[in-house]
Order: sequence, then C-alpha cells, then structure tokens
Amino acid sequence: MRLLRIVPDDTSFDFIRFRRISFPISAMLSILAIILYFTHGLNFGIDFKGGTLIEVRAKSGQADLGQMRTTIGGLGLGDFQLQQFGGPADVLIRIAAQPGGEAEQQVAVQKVRTALGDSVEILRYEVVGPRVSGELLYTGILGMFAAIAAILCYLWFRFEWQFALGAMIANIHDIVLTLGFMSITQIDFDLTSIAALLTILGYSLNDTVVIYDRIREMLRRYKRMPMTELLNVSINATLSRSIITHVTVAMSLLALLLFGGQAIHSFTATMMFGVVLVGTYTSVFIASPILIYLGVGTNRAQARDEDEPEARPEPAKPAAKPAAKPTAGARR
Amino acid sequence: MLYFSRWKALSILLTAVIVCAFAAPNFVSPDRVKKWPEWAQRYVVLGLDLQGGSHILLQVDTNDVMDQRLRGLRDDVVKTLREARIVWANPPARKGNAIEVRLREDDKYQTALAKLRDLSQPITNNLVGVTGNRTLDVTEEGGGLVRLAPTEAATNERIRQTIEQSVPIIERRVNAMGLVEPTIQRQGIDRVLVQVPGLGDPQQLIDLIGRTAKMEFRLVNISVPVQQAVQGNVPPDSEVLCETRDQKNTTTLTPPQCEGGTPILVYKQVLVEGSDLTSARSAFDQNNRPAVDFTFNATGTRKFAQVTQENLQRPFAIILDKNVISAPVIQSPILGGSGQITGNFSVESANNLAILLRAGALPAKLTPIEQRVVGPGLGQDSILKGKYASAVGATLVVLFMLVTYGLFGLFANVAVAVNVGMIFGILSLLNATLTLPGIAGIVLTVGIAVDSNVLIYERIREEVRHGRNAISAIDAGFSRALATILDSNITTFIAAAVLFVIGTGPVKGFAVTLGVGILTTLFTAFTLTRLIVAYWVRMIRPQRVPI
Repeated sequence: MRLLRIVPDDTSFDFIRFRRISFPISAMLSILAIILYFTHGLNFGIDFKGGTLIEVRAKSGQADLGQMRTTIGGLGLGDFQLQQFGGPADVLIRIAAQPGGEAEQQVAVQKVRTALGDSVEILRYEVVGPRVSGELLYTGILGMFAAIAAILCYLWFRFEWQFALGAMIANIHDIVLTLGFMSITQIDFDLTSIAALLTILGYSLNDTVVIYDRIREMLRRYKRMPMTELLNVSINATLSRSIITHVTVAMSLLALLLFGGQAIHSFTATMMFGVVLVGTYTSVFIASPILIYLGVGTNRAQARDEDEPEARPEPAKPAAKPAAKPTAGARR
Repeated sequence: MLYFSRWKALSILLTAVIVCAFAAPNFVSPDRVKKWPEWAQRYVVLGLDLQGGSHILLQVDTNDVMDQRLRGLRDDVVKTLREARIVWANPPARKGNAIEVRLREDDKYQTALAKLRDLSQPITNNLVGVTGNRTLDVTEEGGGLVRLAPTEAATNERIRQTIEQSVPIIERRVNAMGLVEPTIQRQGIDRVLVQVPGLGDPQQLIDLIGRTAKMEFRLVNISVPVQQAVQGNVPPDSEVLCETRDQKNTTTLTPPQCEGGTPILVYKQVLVEGSDLTSARSAFDQNNRPAVDFTFNATGTRKFAQVTQENLQRPFAIILDKNVISAPVIQSPILGGSGQITGNFSVESANNLAILLRAGALPAKLTPIEQRVVGPGLGQDSILKGKYASAVGATLVVLFMLVTYGLFGLFANVAVAVNVGMIFGILSLLNATLTLPGIAGIVLTVGIAVDSNVLIYERIREEVRHGRNAISAIDAGFSRALATILDSNITTFIAAAVLFVIGTGPVKGFAVTLGVGILTTLFTAFTLTRLIVAYWVRMIRPQRVPI
C-alpha cells in the first residue's frame, strides 16, 4: 500500500525569503483587523453586556418572526433582536440590559414569557445582570493576559528570550486577526469566545514551539550554517507535521462545526479560523522568520564548529531558489 | 528508547487499563452500579447545558443589610442614652450610611460620648479571632453632633454572616421542593450559587429562593380610613401596606398606590413574628380553598393568645415581605397556638408559603443576578449532536491516519482510542462535569492526540532519509520527538489551566477536558505508543520502516 505523502520529502520552500511578502501582508491584515475592531466592533453577547437571552421553539413548527417582533416590541423593553437559530421553529431572542438594576432583568423575562404565552416552548434562557457581566468581562481579559504571561515565562525559561519575544509577537498577531474575524462576521463574543481565543493561543504556540524546538536543535548542531538557511531547513523539516496535524485538527473541528449544533457554532467557527488558518500561518511565516530580526544565533559566527555529527540534512540543498545564500538579515 | 523491562511494560498497560476501567460506570445501568463497591461508583457528571437545569446566582442586597444594621444601631443609641439618663438636643437619626445624634454640650457630654464609644466592639470572627478592626467609627462632628458609622470591615463581616445564615435556609427551601441533587454553594463574600439539574421551569424555584419570607402578625389600624391614609394622613405609629389579590404574584407591591392590590393601614408594632412558628403546611379551609395551617412555639402561642384575647372583633394583618396576605377579623381568642391563613391562594402558592414558613426567613434580601436555564429537551438534543459530531470527527481522523501512516497509523489510532478511554476514566474519577464545550474539548483532543504520533512518525521518516537503518531511525525518532511533544503540550496546558481558573460552567468543562486530554496524550505518547512500536520491532525485526 502506498502511503499518503502530503508534503513531498524534498520540499524546501524558502520561507524566510517569503517574509518580504508575508510580513507586509500580516501587518496590513492586522491593521485592517484593528480598524474593523474599532469601526464594526465586536458583537458582545449577554455575558459581557448584560441582558437577557431566550431561545424558544414555536409549537407550530414555523416561527413567525414578524409577529414575535410586534409582540415583544409592544412590551417596551428597549433594544431587542430576533434571530433564527438552527431550524425554522427556533428563535433566539436577545433583550438589552434593562435600566434600573438587577431585579428589572427578571421582570423583563417574565414579561416576554407571558407575552409569548403558549405559542412557544422555552428551550433555555439566560439572564445576566449588569454586575455579573462586568465581572465576566474583567476576568476574561485578565485571564487572557495571565495566559499570555504564563506561557511567555515558560518559553523564556525553556528557550532564549528572543524565542519568547518572537512567540509573543506571533501570539498578538493571532489574537488580533481572530478578533478581526469575529468583528467582520459579527459572531457572538461571549465566554466561550474567550475559551476559543485561549485555545487558539495554546495551539498556535504549540505549533510555534514545535518549530522553535527544531531551530534550537539545529542551532546546537550546525554552528556554521547561516541563519536564514537554518531557519528554512527547520521549517521545511517540520512542515509535513504541521500540515498533517492541521488536517486532523481541521477534521475534528469540521465535524463539530457541521454536526455539533448551534450552541457551539460560534465557538468552533472561531477556533477553525484561529487554529487552522491563522495559527499555522503564524508559526511558519511569522514566528520563525521574525527570529532573524530578534538576533537569534548572531554570536554563533565566532563560535567554532565543534563537530558536525552528521552530514547536512538533505532538504538543506536548495531545489530551486538558493536558500543557502545568506540574506542581509542573517548576516547583520 | 525502545527497550522496556517486563515490569515497566506491565505497569504501563495496567495503568491504561485501570484508568479506562474507571469510565465503566457511565456505560452500565445505575441499578447495577449501585451494587459495586463505593470507590468504583464514579460518574462523569453531565453539565446543566447537557441535562437541562437551572443555574441561579444570588447576591445579598447590601442596602438591605445596611438598613437593618442602621435600624438596630439607632435603637442601640436610643437605649444607651436613655439608660444613662442623657437628654439629647436632636434625637438619633439616620444620615447616609451612619446614625447621627446631637448631644447637649453640658457636663454629661463626655460621659455620653464614652457610652457611645462603648457601642463599638472589636470584630471577632471564627477564622482569626479578634481581627483588630472595630464595628463602628464614632466621630465628633462639632457642636455636640456625634456620628456613628459602621466600619467597612463590620459591614463585610455582616454580609458574610448573612450569606452563612442564608445557605441552610435556601437548602431547606430547595430540598422541600423535592428536587434531585441540588447544589447550593457560597460564592465569594456576598453570593450564593444554586444549581438544580433537570428543572425545566425554574419559576417556582426563583419564587422560593428569591423571597425573604419575613412573616409578621400586626394589627390593622381602623382609627383612620384607608383613603385618608393613602392621601398622606398616616398616623406616626402606622404605615400603609398592600394586600395582594393574587398570591401567585410574589413581587412586593408599592404603597400607597398598590397597583394590583389594595392599600391597608397597619400598625408598625409587630405582635408575633414568623420565627415563632414551629410548623406550617398547606391545607384547605372549610370552603375547600387552599390555605396554610401553622403552629406556634411556646412564646408564639403565649403572645398570640394575649393578642387575640385583647383585640376581639378587630382585624389583624398577616404580612409576608411587606405584603399583606390577608387581614381576618379575630372572632375568638386563639389559645392553642395554631391557626390557619386563608387568602387568595392557589394550591401551589399555598404550598410555597408553607415551605417558606417552615424554612424560615432569610436574614436579608437576596437578588438573582445571573440565571441560566436550559430545558431538558435542548440538553438531550445537545448530547445527541455532541455524540454525532464526535463520531464523525473521530472516524475522519482514524481514516486519515490509516491512509497516511498505514500500520503505524493503526498504532496511533489504538493510542488515541486508549487516550479517549482514559479521559473518560479520569473525568469519572474526578466526578468532573461534562459540558457541550467539554465534548468539543474531547473531539479537539482526538485531533491533537494524533499530533504526538505525527511528530514521532515524521521524525522517523526524517531519520530514515538521513540514512539511518530502521531500528535506529525509530529509536532516534522517538527520543527527539518526545522533548518537542512535552514542550508544545505544556503551552496548551497552561492555556487550559488559566481557562479552568477564570471560567465558569460550560467553559470550565472545556478547560477540564482539554487539560485532562493533554495529560493523557502525554502519557500515551511517552509510554503506550512507544510500547506498541517496541513490541512490533521486537517481533518483526524490520529492515525498513513502513511509513
């Protein structure tokens, strides 16, 4: 049986050279994402904004959105949204936080329940008071920063500081792009989104660390290899793994996205974008090339080659483009 | 890397089998599990989002606590000054969050001040004993004005006590509803979290736990017509309250308009309190309408007998949380200490009232500040979808691994299967909660678990390309990949740990499965996969690696 080779064995793409294109693209995308964030904003769910969410199923099997809109609009509860959720009978009702404190939120739910009466079945509802939503947002942001800080400390401990810094830049790039994605799609931003962001962070770093590990190993073994070449060899050597792993993760996520139901739809969609698209791209095109600018291995030039244990690995021989030719960045 | 001593191999397999076996109770009928030894009866608990249920977070109304405290403090000040025979210039009154009293600046001023200062006690608590803080800040504002303000420490201590006292009361109320496995926990300093699985409509629950249920018996003031009182002519010893027409409506009506009820003028003096009740149960009156029977304790019986003897043919009000339930006329003295409350009850509301009276009043008002309710139907739906998505995801990954790595792909799939089994085993051991995002976490783990195999196999492929022979390539592949696997998984584990700390409910469930998944992944990568490959190498003595 011939086994599948997703990435040919002799692949040697010049990723480092490609940074001339990938860095500007990333910078532009990041700026775009930030602009989006400030113009479109995020679609904050009730977890962070407070308010009421009611998921109902019309008993008739077909929800009449127009009539529901009139019914709820007549209650004078301020801003509200209706959204088809999953099947034709299911509707998600969102009501903005009511002025006048915690107890008012309860009253609002009661009013809606009474108004809709027996025509619908209430599948679930959530009421988040202003105080709780404020706290959730605060802990969410705090957790985000705590996670980044903890991971950085770990990387700093295990690698050199340049790696930690490179990973952090890649990290922020990931989060910014994902936030841009959430802004453009207007996916609900709630507690599970924070979970998705943290998972994206974890896995993007997971990927980055795999490549960094290889770079570190190469740095120890090939003391005379130019930095650009060394990075290219490292990325190419781990490329097959990166792609295979992301295919399997993408498969799992795709199954969740298609069959996991509405409740985790925005969660998996965000993760799909962040882990599969952005995370992979970042580790290969941002996190690794950036090490050149951060001065990893600059003091190796003076170091004597102790003994190169083996011949240079095959992929180092450039197929088309001369990866071996040191670029300006590597020579410094 | 490929050598395992027999004992090591055995203990690896045993660990995997035992951990997986802990998942067994989840797949056997509960009746049979009950016959197993207690240590084996461990389940994965389904989260509220999967089995349906209510999550209600209540917070103490700090204003209510402060009001009560200041009322008590004012009474203390009055009592202290009277006992010391000190005449004030202005009587003690509430001003903001403090009590102010203006004393005469005569020779008794210093004595009075000293007495007032004595009202401030050191705060003690169970944990550290005397804390060094005092209950009151007593300050002279000049011109004989003395200000007594409860300190922040004292207020917090009082809030803490309020919650401590509330939890058992809420427990009694919730248990009286006959619900399955409710959990009632303190959260932070001023909150209580009530979680009840499997409850479709939490309205009764909220009615029961959201009410203070402070019951009072007072006389109705008939010396002034109610209409006059509503217009503002309220005697100083009385107040206007509302009589509810519908006992299903549990919100406190606001006098004097009393929308949805009727105003009624009652004396402020409380004759008998709800705390003097010993029992209460729902019943029916002679007209077969729902009612509540109650019995007083000795003190209550004595007080009630005296009141009813002295006030024959006068109406008295039965008041619950500032709403008058009913105001019957005393027909004959009630000496036996038991009576019946009638009103516009439904069977349910009479039952609720009985539960509330039995469980006792909350020391302060609790407001629901967060509510998440999932109907049982939706939960069932989510489980089905989660199972289906997991099956599809796992199948895709398994097939892909077979296509990519052949026999070694099969090894990887075995490792992943054991991995998932161990996740369930550990979740059961921890009695962890499985939520829908938690299922997503497991599916994600399946995707990631194969990553460790991919790392190893790709490394082996690479070593083969560098000209190593099969066994040496496999050996090198493992030893080099494992360091990477450790490093890369720790970063994700850190993210999961942070999520676990900050997350609640479903998100926490995700963090748990993600974290446990990483641990089991590390275990299988470091031991099981290696063991399988080692045995294969020993049996086949391969000349080339089939990947």
